[in-house]
Amino acid sequence: MKIVVGQGSCGIASGAKKTEDELVRQLKAGGFERVRVEKAGCVGNCYLEPIVDVYDDDENLSARYVKVSADKVTQIVDEHVRDGKVARDMLINESDEEFLARQERIVLRNAGRINPESIDEYIAAGGYEGLAKVLSSMSPGDVIDEIKISGLRGRGGAGFPTWFKWNAAKAGRGDKKYMVCNADEGDPGAFMDRSVLEGDPHSLLEGMIIGGYAIGAYEGVIYVRAEYPLAVARLEIAISQARDKGYLGKDILGSGFGFDIRIKAGAGAFVCGEETALIASLEGERGMPRLKPPFPAEKGFWQKPTNINNVETFANVPWIIAAGGAAFAALGTEKSKGTKVFALAGKIKKGGLVEVPMGLPLKDVIFGIGDGIKNDKAFKAVQMGGPSGGCIPESLSDTPVDYENITKTGAIVGSGGMIVMDEDTCMVDMARYFLDFTRKESCGKCNYCRVGTKRMLEILERITQGKGEDGDIELLEELAVKIKDGSMCGLGQTAPNPVLTTIRYFRNEYEDHIYRKKCTAHYCKALITFTITDKCTGCTLCSRKCPVAAITGERKRRHEIDQEKCIRCGRCEEACNFSAILRD
Amino acid sequence: MCDNCGAAAPRPDYGDLEPVFERYAGIAGSLISILQKAQDIYGYLSLETIGYISSRTGVPPAKIYGVATFYTQFRLEPIGEYLIMLCQGTACHVNGAALIEEAITDHLGIVDGETTEDNKFTLNNVACLGCCSLAPVMMVKGPDGEETFGNLTKESVVKALETIRARG
Repeated sequence: MKIVVGQGSCGIASGAKKTEDELVRQLKAGGFERVRVEKAGCVGNCYLEPIVDVYDDDENLSARYVKVSADKVTQIVDEHVRDGKVARDMLINESDEEFLARQERIVLRNAGRINPESIDEYIAAGGYEGLAKVLSSMSPGDVIDEIKISGLRGRGGAGFPTWFKWNAAKAGRGDKKYMVCNADEGDPGAFMDRSVLEGDPHSLLEGMIIGGYAIGAYEGVIYVRAEYPLAVARLEIAISQARDKGYLGKDILGSGFGFDIRIKAGAGAFVCGEETALIASLEGERGMPRLKPPFPAEKGFWQKPTNINNVETFANVPWIIAAGGAAFAALGTEKSKGTKVFALAGKIKKGGLVEVPMGLPLKDVIFGIGDGIKNDKAFKAVQMGGPSGGCIPESLSDTPVDYENITKTGAIVGSGGMIVMDEDTCMVDMARYFLDFTRKESCGKCNYCRVGTKRMLEILERITQGKGEDGDIELLEELAVKIKDGSMCGLGQTAPNPVLTTIRYFRNEYEDHIYRKKCTAHYCKALITFTITDKCTGCTLCSRKCPVAAITGERKRRHEIDQEKCIRCGRCEEACNFSAILRD
Repeated sequence: MCDNCGAAAPRPDYGDLEPVFERYAGIAGSLISILQKAQDIYGYLSLETIGYISSRTGVPPAKIYGVATFYTQFRLEPIGEYLIMLCQGTACHVNGAALIEEAITDHLGIVDGETTEDNKFTLNNVACLGCCSLAPVMMVKGPDGEETFGNLTKESVVKALETIRARG
């Protein structure tokens, strides 16, 4: 028997490490030494963590237990391990199993199933077979052809055809070439790369080695976020194991091809998602983009031909090589092939990682897999593509999720973050939030991006503070166009998108803020008022909780709020047991 | 010299940095890695530390300062024993990160970037931590490593901080 405790960052944050420790302790105390306890990465049902899988002696999954906090371990040990009975009340239910059953997993094929710290488990799951096939029977050109057949496009954001980049880097002239992985997942609200790094690091390594062979590089660099300490630790283990087994180093698998990988920790800069900025950062400089051309494929890292792909892109490669490009191309739509991992979060019931074929309608992801909106509130919009993307309204929820159709809405697929918003989310505030982000992250090289995002932010702040003026919307639109035109890199060229899409679909909310001085989502503090209704019983609780003594009234009589004194902190609303506080 | 009392602050002798210089000797473009290790050792990058790294690497101090201020990971001021990294990612924002920040500020009396008087906590707003399904989230980095707290409420965040404080 084997018991696997899911331990991605989400799982650990939910207490998985404590669960594992308790499990080990109890199994030892009970004399069940034959039961192995293993760890795995995140399976993707983040909302059910900690997740514990029990496998029988034939390695078949016999039970998946969810929300297993340390105090529930006793039940598993007593009922399942000792008595051989499934502990039914902790078992995953059918609807939660659907969350996984409706997915098609290529990138996440091993996530949550294998121990990310064991190369043997990766190999047993078919790992490094793609590499062996490449080195024994394919030329670099064959590899690129196979990727071309697959139709794989870059999963980091821009959706550029992977084979084309590889081909350009292959053609690049230089005594040395580099294969770089962008694991600096900076888009707030996206965590699929973290999950691959933490749950299946060898799939990334294998993809990079294959890519290195295809373009003729001997050195790989993984540029990974410093905010992902667990990912860095697991990558280090994976690299050292791959070296020991001869998948990295000189003369890999006796083929004569040599390749090695090192890790470079990023230091926190969103702009480093831009290829040339990432290269500057790798060279120890400030991460400021450089003019293209020359493209990295000609002159990249240290002026040598360099190819940069995202984690998810690389993780697809071993599967494509092993199963054939046509198998990948059979999934998805005409121009967007294969599957894509989405990070479903925000006001969603079942948040987590969702991998589905491209082209599935948005609502199938949000309602079919994610089970709809938390607390059954009304679905308002979904934000895709992070600070470079936009908000897609509920009315467009039939939109197929692929590069072309999402771009038509004004958003982008981006790295695959899907933040779901409900009726309580203020769209003007969301635009302000993203501009605050891009303003801080602008590297400062281009005037329009550096100053323009600041000016846009100031206008949005004014609007959310109730000081919006006639003409603000038009001014935002004018600035947006100029910033897009006047910026050198993708950050500035896309920074206005969250503003443009919210104006396009939620212009009424902007107008409510500016002309009616109302925030219909009741979020912007300056635009809401709290009043006490007839339901008030005069219990005095709110007046005691009010930090500025704005609430007065006699005991057992309806209380009142002095609007001049009120700071709109909402504590009265939280404190009231009779729902007598009205937020408007 | 200490800005507050005028007393001479203990000077690090930078011996701990020797293995770092050895490891990156001759590897071009290692400045960010060296700064990361230096910050791991000393907790922050003082102007003095920047000056010392400059003298050992030959990189002008102005350039090191430029790099150190460009990336959000680097700090030029000391921090408390525990660093609270409060996630400001989109999912956390939508799920009320602002309320959590308010609760921390109310409870500890510090705002983003500040350290409590007893030197116990420093509050930093950070970009996405990647635990979006547990939003709102904070990561607390202390002497025993990192600890992540998810699904925070105004009450649970205060409780978490008090539990940490009680560790002594």
